[in-house]
Amino acid sequence: MSEVKRIVLVEDSENDIELTLAALEEHHLANEVVVVRDGVEALDYLYRRGAFQTRPIGNPAVILLDLKMPRMGGLEALRTLKSDATLRTIPVVIMTSSSEERDVVDSYNLGVNAYVVKPVKFQSFVEAVRTLGLFWAVLNQPPPGSVRRVA
Amino acid sequence: MALFRQASVKNKLILTSVLGSGTALLLVGAVITSYDLVSLRNALVRRMSVQAGIVGANAASALLFNDPESAEATLAALKGDPRILAAGLYTEDRRLFAIYGSEPLNGKRLMEESLSDTRDVHRMRGGRLVLSRSIPFEQRTIGTVVIVSDLQEVTSSMTRDVVIFASVLLISLLLALFISSRLQRDISQPILDLAQTARRVSQEKDYSVRASGERRDEIGTLVTAFNEMLSEIRQQEGELRAAHDRLEQRVAERTVQLQAVNKELEAFSYSVSHDLRAPLRHIAGFAEMLDASCEGLNDGGRRCIQKISQAAGRMGQLIDDLLIFSRMGRSEMQAVTVNLASLLKEVLVEAQPDVKGRVIDWKIEPLPMVSGDRAMLRLVLANLVSNAVKYTGKSASARIEIGVAQDTDREVVIFVRDNGAGFDMTYASKLFGVFQRLHRADEFEGTGIGLANVQRIINRHGGRTWAEGELGRGAVFYFSLPRRLEAAA
Repeated sequence: MSEVKRIVLVEDSENDIELTLAALEEHHLANEVVVVRDGVEALDYLYRRGAFQTRPIGNPAVILLDLKMPRMGGLEALRTLKSDATLRTIPVVIMTSSSEERDVVDSYNLGVNAYVVKPVKFQSFVEAVRTLGLFWAVLNQPPPGSVRRVA
Repeated sequence: MALFRQASVKNKLILTSVLGSGTALLLVGAVITSYDLVSLRNALVRRMSVQAGIVGANAASALLFNDPESAEATLAALKGDPRILAAGLYTEDRRLFAIYGSEPLNGKRLMEESLSDTRDVHRMRGGRLVLSRSIPFEQRTIGTVVIVSDLQEVTSSMTRDVVIFASVLLISLLLALFISSRLQRDISQPILDLAQTARRVSQEKDYSVRASGERRDEIGTLVTAFNEMLSEIRQQEGELRAAHDRLEQRVAERTVQLQAVNKELEAFSYSVSHDLRAPLRHIAGFAEMLDASCEGLNDGGRRCIQKISQAAGRMGQLIDDLLIFSRMGRSEMQAVTVNLASLLKEVLVEAQPDVKGRVIDWKIEPLPMVSGDRAMLRLVLANLVSNAVKYTGKSASARIEIGVAQDTDREVVIFVRDNGAGFDMTYASKLFGVFQRLHRADEFEGTGIGLANVQRIINRHGGRTWAEGELGRGAVFYFSLPRRLEAAA
């Protein structure tokens, strides 16, 4: 298996975090996942601020971003990072329960790279997460400046 | 008459008075002239008759004594009357006895023509009066006097009469024309004003103008009535406008309310979409994980977990369907011309995975062009086709027919008929209800939202949906679409 690149999971629901990690774990993609609980934390991580001041330099290979979160939601976080030249190139995948057309349109207008509705059926959910993980953290060639896991 | 009818009121009034006075004058003139003619002639005849009598009396002795010279001398006395052109004296046996005249030859011929059996006659011919009188003597007739006189006097008198009359007629007509064209203004002007006002009202819809003319006659009554009518209309228009404004305001208020409700509804469906699905997903997810991680679980436990997963999955499906249904009611309709035939073709291609391995006898009639929202109508066809496919799933030889039941100027009715499970007509009213099902889920899959969607879409197009069916014999679903799409609700 090729190297797994870093994934940032922005998600406020403990249950979703657990299920997502479980799904990624099933395919051994969970090791390089950084979990943050809302948009503010996600930006802290990306800008290496607050709790993440000491993290090594480098952008993740992909950000899995939920929409509805406390403090700062997914769309706002997306707007901020897509308008920053240093962060704009990081692939962002919206992962959400909502299939509202409004959200889909807004997300793509802000420059999201993919939009995935989390399936209710666990098997489908696992399949979706696996596909995402494999594609973005393994297959996809991230832009320069991304952190590589030390092999 | 047609010309008169087309003439303006002004010209009609002038024409009427001129024609009236002209006709009266003509009649009077004709009567007077005729009377003149007759009396003049009679007077002439009387005078000539007297002359003939005198001449006859004077010439009687000459006739008796056969003295033509004396008779001619008597006749010559007629010279005093210039109207007498010729005169002749005839014996009893109609022999010319003596003659006088400025034109004796012509006179002689005229005189001899008038010698008839009845002696005392007169006739008028060629501008001449020829009059004969017998000469009596002692109870017997001894000869005849014939006088030819000129009618010039009568003719010239007639001519004078006619000339005078024509002049009077001409002057009267001119006077009548003058007077009537002066007076007609009094009648026609208010009518013209009224017509002008009426035209302005009808063209400019300006009900504030008023016709002028305060008078006591019928035209005045007309003008007053017209003005009253205008006031009435204006008042009613004002009321109508006020009512309209109130209505507009109410509509605006309702719209605001509706928008608020719609917003709430949107927020609600958004939170349903987002917040309700998340816990469902968690239930399903953890149930699966429990199933996978607990090896010590017995069959009963596994069955429970399976039920939990299934129920969660089904609820997810219900939520999705409900969201689609609510969106279908809110999203804007885009009316275009839709080729139902090609739309059906697309739907059938899409249904291919569902009919795989099935033998279905399709009977598709040509479908017409309709106007409506393409995506919505596609959903209608897709729902009806998938229903037909689903409910024929247990039939040995499935047959599905799609065609036109009725096509009029007003609407077109499409039907989808199958020979599948059918339904009991007692429950037909429940068919199109949200989440209403006539079959158990373990018989035929589904959430019961499909036909509700069909009805909602067709209703929004201004059409109707209905169905006929018989348990075990199949069902026919109909929907109608108006030929002219009204403003969609």
